[in-house]
Amino acid sequence: MTAIARKVAAALALPVVLFAVWWLATGSSENFYFPSLRVILSSFGEVWTGDRLVTDVLPSVLRLLCGYLAAVVIAVTAGVVIGSSPRIRAFAEPALEFLRAIPPPVLVPIIMLFAGIGDVMKIVVIVFGCVWPILLNTVEGVRAVDGVLLDTARSYGIGGVARLRHLVLRSASPQIFAGMRQALSLGIILMVISEMFAASNGLGFAIVQFQRSFAIPSMWSGILLLGILGFLLSLVFRLVESRALSWYHGLRRSQRS
Amino acid sequence: MLDVRGLKKVYNGGARQVEAIRDLTFTLSAGELVCLVGPSGCGKTTLLKCVAGLLTPTSGEVLLQGRPVTGPPPGMAVVFQEYGRSLFPWLRVGENVDLPLRQKGLPKARRRELVTEALAAVGLADAESAYPWQLSGGMQQRVAIARAVAFEPEVLLMDEPFAAVDAQTRADLEDLVRALWHKLGVTILFVTHDIDEAVYLGQRVLILSSSPTVVREELTVDLPDTRDQLHTRGHPRFTALRTHVQEQIQAAKRGLPSPSAAGDGEE
Repeated sequence: MTAIARKVAAALALPVVLFAVWWLATGSSENFYFPSLRVILSSFGEVWTGDRLVTDVLPSVLRLLCGYLAAVVIAVTAGVVIGSSPRIRAFAEPALEFLRAIPPPVLVPIIMLFAGIGDVMKIVVIVFGCVWPILLNTVEGVRAVDGVLLDTARSYGIGGVARLRHLVLRSASPQIFAGMRQALSLGIILMVISEMFAASNGLGFAIVQFQRSFAIPSMWSGILLLGILGFLLSLVFRLVESRALSWYHGLRRSQRS
Repeated sequence: MLDVRGLKKVYNGGARQVEAIRDLTFTLSAGELVCLVGPSGCGKTTLLKCVAGLLTPTSGEVLLQGRPVTGPPPGMAVVFQEYGRSLFPWLRVGENVDLPLRQKGLPKARRRELVTEALAAVGLADAESAYPWQLSGGMQQRVAIARAVAFEPEVLLMDEPFAAVDAQTRADLEDLVRALWHKLGVTILFVTHDIDEAVYLGQRVLILSSSPTVVREELTVDLPDTRDQLHTRGHPRFTALRTHVQEQIQAAKRGLPSPSAAGDGEE
């Protein structure tokens, strides 16, 4: 119990210090653009606890989740296909490297042309950005499946769906999760950017609106909310990952000792 | 039971052709335990993979109960040398043993029975819920053996299974293989580079030449059926046999023709 308490304390120590510094440094701030933390926090309470939770935060999070999950499904599927065949890999890899090198935000205006400015456009932007790290990591992971394990599976008649489920995907899962972790932070960035371009609701939209209407404390509170959202999402991600990859972390520990 | 006829395997590595196996012919009757020894690099693993249906031979054929082997046959199980890479690290010990049985479509109760029996037979009844990497090397190889045993194969192929474990563990595992063989009546083809191990375990020993490989000699091990590490290894006959095998292997390394000249000098 004390061990857990100590862990929580260690994790919270730096954020508490940073908030304290921020609080003290801006305590008597008269600067219009850098209001005191006290003002920001009170506007946080006003702005983000009422309707906006449903009208702005929820749509943003839903778009992010839709885009992210679609990217995971597309990227893992394509990654398994590409990674399983050296021929397809040689054929597809240069094109993938090129597409990956395009910064997804520049595609927002183009995607707007055919997908409009609604939810579809934003989800497409998120998908397009999140797919690459997951795809390339999945390809690597699938390619690196151990030859002895493959022979073992073959000799025991483990093929088809069972081979995919019990061997290929499990073996590649550490790399897949590494890609998914990168994609999650990309997804949050793209969610905000797509909403800043053209939107009628969402976190990015709200923050730009506050800025344009000189509601500076509200704007800051929006940025704070984005930070909290990112933190919570990565917390959930880590929980899922530590469950799915507990074997991998154990294996690594046993190899190190 | 298991017929290998005129087996030949040539690897094509670009411009270079490597003839790993030239011409191998041998037969295992049902319930036999036969050991294959040969000098290092003589294509033992290639041979085993061809027999297991994991590699397609360049020519010749492998017959299991009269039917040609074209892919991994259902009645065969393989125990690989690299135990650490042959068990699924994301599955617990019990699940590792169970997975091939699920694939076979056995009912749950029967699978449960087989898993429990097999793990008990290798002395790992209480390790079922551990992960393989939590076990020692020798124990991991026991799990691989349990998985093969639970599969209820007609033929069990073992590819230098104890090459990577320490000497004491190896002795235990050798006795385990003899015990399981007696109990199950399964046909075992045991590949090794360890001459003592081959003589200690086998009813027959097939001595291979160096690459390109042919069968240099077939030797019947006329030791009593009940073997134990202490007495069998001290038996004068054991010493005579192992010396003979050793001489043959040394001669094979130097490329000398075998006494019987079987399979040699065809070109």
